[in-house]
Amino acid sequence: MNARPGWSALSRRDFLKSSAVGVGGLVLAIDLAGCSKPGATDGETRIIESNAWLRIGTDNSIHFLCDRSEMGQGVYTGLVTLLAEELEVDPQRIQVAFAPAGAAYVNALLGGQITGGSTSLRDGWEKLRMAGAQAREMLKTAAAREWKTTASSCRVENGEIISSFGKRYTYGEMAEAAAALPVPTDLRLKDPDAFRWIGKPSARLDTPAKVDGSAIYGIDVRLPGMLYASLAMPPMLGGMARSVDDAAARAMPGVQAVVPTSSGIAVVADSWWQALQARSALKVEWDGSASTALNDGAILRGLKKAAAGNGIIARQEGDADAALATAAKVVRAEYQLPMLAHATLEPQVCTADVRADGCDIYLPTQAQGAAQAAAAHAAGLEPAQVNVHTTFLGGGFGRRLEVDFVPAAVEASKAVGKPVKLLWTREDDTTHDFYRPPAYDTVAGGLDRDGKLVAWKFHIVGPSITARVFPGAVPPGSVDPFAVEAAANYPYDVPNVLVDWVPHEVGLGVGYWRSVSHALNCFVAESFMDELALAAGQEPAAFRRALLAKQPRYLGALEVALRRSGYGKDQPGRFRGIAVMEGYGTYMAQVAEISLEDGKVKVHRIVCAVDCGRAVNPTIVVAQVEGAILFGLSATLWGEINVQGGRVQQSNFHDCRVVRMNEVPVIETHLIESDEPPGGIGEPATALVAPAICNAIHAATGRRLRSLPLARHNLA
Amino acid sequence: MLTINVNGTDRAVDIDPETPLLWVLRDAIGLTGTKFGCGMALCGACTVHLDGRPVRACVTPVSAVGTAKITTIEGLSADRSHPVQRAWIELDVPQCGYCQSGQILSATALLAGNPRPTDADIDAAMSGVICRCGTYQRIRAAIHRAAELAAETRS
Repeated sequence: MNARPGWSALSRRDFLKSSAVGVGGLVLAIDLAGCSKPGATDGETRIIESNAWLRIGTDNSIHFLCDRSEMGQGVYTGLVTLLAEELEVDPQRIQVAFAPAGAAYVNALLGGQITGGSTSLRDGWEKLRMAGAQAREMLKTAAAREWKTTASSCRVENGEIISSFGKRYTYGEMAEAAAALPVPTDLRLKDPDAFRWIGKPSARLDTPAKVDGSAIYGIDVRLPGMLYASLAMPPMLGGMARSVDDAAARAMPGVQAVVPTSSGIAVVADSWWQALQARSALKVEWDGSASTALNDGAILRGLKKAAAGNGIIARQEGDADAALATAAKVVRAEYQLPMLAHATLEPQVCTADVRADGCDIYLPTQAQGAAQAAAAHAAGLEPAQVNVHTTFLGGGFGRRLEVDFVPAAVEASKAVGKPVKLLWTREDDTTHDFYRPPAYDTVAGGLDRDGKLVAWKFHIVGPSITARVFPGAVPPGSVDPFAVEAAANYPYDVPNVLVDWVPHEVGLGVGYWRSVSHALNCFVAESFMDELALAAGQEPAAFRRALLAKQPRYLGALEVALRRSGYGKDQPGRFRGIAVMEGYGTYMAQVAEISLEDGKVKVHRIVCAVDCGRAVNPTIVVAQVEGAILFGLSATLWGEINVQGGRVQQSNFHDCRVVRMNEVPVIETHLIESDEPPGGIGEPATALVAPAICNAIHAATGRRLRSLPLARHNLA
Repeated sequence: MLTINVNGTDRAVDIDPETPLLWVLRDAIGLTGTKFGCGMALCGACTVHLDGRPVRACVTPVSAVGTAKITTIEGLSADRSHPVQRAWIELDVPQCGYCQSGQILSATALLAGNPRPTDADIDAAMSGVICRCGTYQRIRAAIHRAAELAAETRS
């Protein structure tokens, strides 16, 4: 039987229980069969807890509890590598399981157990290497005591402690004694020159399970006695069920129950297909009065009206208004951006098993703590009574920071007294997302007589995601930091800068979407840099270069992207555009190369230069950059969510298009070597795609596009 | 009671014959490697083989399968030794991995009929399967690599 990576080991107790159960009965059990030594006595292997992340088997099996969710970005491999480096164990021999919800797993950069904000490697960089170093030293000390020698006279190699006389113990033999020792606090981490695995390309640990169908995603959870549910949610935003006639649905084959929940009417059946069929037989009268007047036009009018007011200042240097008043040339422009869906390929799903004394939830989530709290509330239990089992995620992109799909599964399970897997359809998913916020932004720039930029002003209008997701985190009068990214850190050398933000709610819940406000603000800031270059009579690359003289990492990325793309040596019919940005501590520049065919943009090539500090696994970094670029490309070409009469108009991949194999340009990623600490890599490349392409379109046509998607513009 | 042949084994299932093959495989038989993404044959995550041909299991009623032999990702090989799986591992293709069963089965069907596909052949055969993570460049490279591995195996 194949290993089933991805199952969480909730605690040492659960871990032991699951290892005792083995893989025969429960799909939940971690498969420890693979860690037994040939000939080892069955049932004798014990798993010792070394620290929050590390478990060592008495058979010298090494297990890592991954406290960040694997959604394709590579933490399943990258975080292991950090701990393994100091533990002196090849990451390839470490078995990975997902960690439970727990205080030890809080992401210090986000204040919760959250996988997001391109923070996982940055948060784990010191912490996990230190955890590996501490465990290693404790193992050495335990062995040294056995040998009646000093720990400093011992060394470690490939999971063994070796004395100066060549005597050996495995980590497994010393794990129990080591765990009883005090945790050393005065350790020095390895010099980077001594790294064996960090910075080297190494195979992803989750690949084997992802090529044979054995990786367990949320949708794949199977529990004994489990039923399946489909959820009829209001078809309009903020809708409520006024009346429900479920007689026909209840009479359908396989239907076990129809359960009104806090987020819709759950039809529970013996199979999901039966539940879905019966759901369509429900007769529900919806009250949509709360959102009848909500539509795209109203949303845009609201944003424009809000733009007339002053914003909360996010950055101010000099006096931008005074400088604009005296500038030789002033350029002003308005930009707007649509809402976007996340469209994770795995629709939202949660399996809940509610009992009188507790509850287990099994789900693909980016937010274990929030999922635990939501389940506890829905079940009427304390959070500590809810065990969170994280599966592999079939895409995250910020959608799974939300836990809106959890309560209905818990409520349905509680009502029927059995485990219930509640799975959304694609249409449910598209119409009930927390969308990327729309934006309406005003920019102004002033040039002096020599074409030098003397003032830059960026007036941002949009809703606050953070205020909704983390109530109280954005006090009135303060800036949501996730609304002004790629604006407040505008890198160009300008003496007078003003960035302000007008919070304006648009009548529906908005969410964190890969790269968050970088994707909004970078489009505006970098498109407008080309507008300013044109007004200054300068070539866009040269214009930026001159203003980045004091920003070596930005400038380094720009120079690499220009050189590698062959910028300035255009082929006939091909046009190039540039974008530059820092996000998540990573510096990037992109050059997009396009042509126009019958008024349609064809993107041929995107060259991306990346300075992300030290790349823990360069192969995964490159993959993330490529993926993030295609995520940005889908949005640039087609991405929009429209609302009419309170109803989201898009529903499935025919009207919510994403790039396919035949639409993929050549993507070239160039990593810039750096000794800086790692920057985030899952998100930033998404944000540069739209401005790079729109700058190329301007080069080709002379037309400046100040809104997206491109599908809305006729370029013929 | 219907009998279908899945990965070389006859399986009797007591199920509404209109049920899409996808849910028969996943929920009735427990082969969860085949994924649900759209329910409308738009994303290709549910791709399986019927007598070697790629079909979208989410819109294929189980009654339409008849005696055709169904191959799912679990039946491609017992030990990830199929040349496409080997190439996928060699190039570390998957990211989130959710679409990869559909990608791999589409690629194996392509290579079975076309041992040396061009990029245009790959575009034509693979454009029905969405990868939201954007692993397409590596998928393309891995198909070319799998073609080499298969040729080495044959020779």
